[in-house]
Amino acid sequence: MPNFGLVRQNAVVSATPKSTIRDSLSVSITVGAYGIAFGAASVAAGFSVLQTCLLSLLTFSGASQFAIVGVIGSGGGALSGIATATLLGFRNGLYGLRMSPLLKTQGAKRILAAHITIDESTGVALSQEGLGQDAMRSGFWLTGVGVFVFWNIFTFAGALGAQSMGNPAAWGLDAAVPAAFLGLVWPRLTSLSDRILCIAAMALALGLTPFVPAGLPIIATAFLALAIGLRKS
Amino acid sequence: MSAMWWGVIGTSVAAFALKYLGHLIPHRYLEHPNIRRTNGLIPITLLSALVAVQTFAVKSHLVLDHRAAGLAVAVISLKFRAPFPVVVVLAALSSALVYHYS
Repeated sequence: MPNFGLVRQNAVVSATPKSTIRDSLSVSITVGAYGIAFGAASVAAGFSVLQTCLLSLLTFSGASQFAIVGVIGSGGGALSGIATATLLGFRNGLYGLRMSPLLKTQGAKRILAAHITIDESTGVALSQEGLGQDAMRSGFWLTGVGVFVFWNIFTFAGALGAQSMGNPAAWGLDAAVPAAFLGLVWPRLTSLSDRILCIAAMALALGLTPFVPAGLPIIATAFLALAIGLRKS
Repeated sequence: MSAMWWGVIGTSVAAFALKYLGHLIPHRYLEHPNIRRTNGLIPITLLSALVAVQTFAVKSHLVLDHRAAGLAVAVISLKFRAPFPVVVVLAALSSALVYHYS
């Protein structure tokens, strides 16, 4: 496991708590394995193995990646796909706000830190708060790099697997994609109002589907979130 | 250039720009509670919409087919706290079964 950032920022690298390393590794492997589902879904949506691997290497944000292949795969345009994926990636920017005062990186290392600023690296970093700032930094780098490595390996495996099957839709396997989206949204539905919002967004998207170009019904539901989120103070 | 290549490049550039901006902008901006709350709600609506459209739509037509069976199985497996890859595989297999035997 590469340890970018640990050596120069912190002379007592060996003091990285074992529990931090254990947390980072288990998150990396578990989450990285989801890459299989993405690789398969992307090829099923009509993307090539190369395009699929580039998405995992360069976009490196699960929900955004599923969104771009989902929208384009179901006939949406590139713009509505990019818009949906970008809205889903917005939270990574907020994670960056949270992480930058902790990491205090500059230059090339900041670019690397930004690229691996995702749900998991931020989540593990924040969960190490009780062990001090060094443990938080270690958790961020270990998890970010770990997820990156496993996510890309498993993406490639999933893409190759799906490619060897031909078109998964012809096998009737295409429920894998909505199931993946459901798996991504499920842990976020923690309150009754979240579940109502989920149903409302589904209804709005389906209601718009016959009337507007593919891709737009999905983006339109962001306005539901804006209307509710910005209304309460 | 195909929609897919535009999608790959556009999504990657925008994704990195957002991440990098987060590291550049001083902490006090965007910390407003309304923005934080909206940021939590947007993934719920977009991902829910994607679930619905990917299950019940073909282009701009609404349909009820084998994918609905797969989604039902996904809901049940999530209720039983199945891990993500298991959910996806079970949904795919059950939709394939319905597809071949209906």
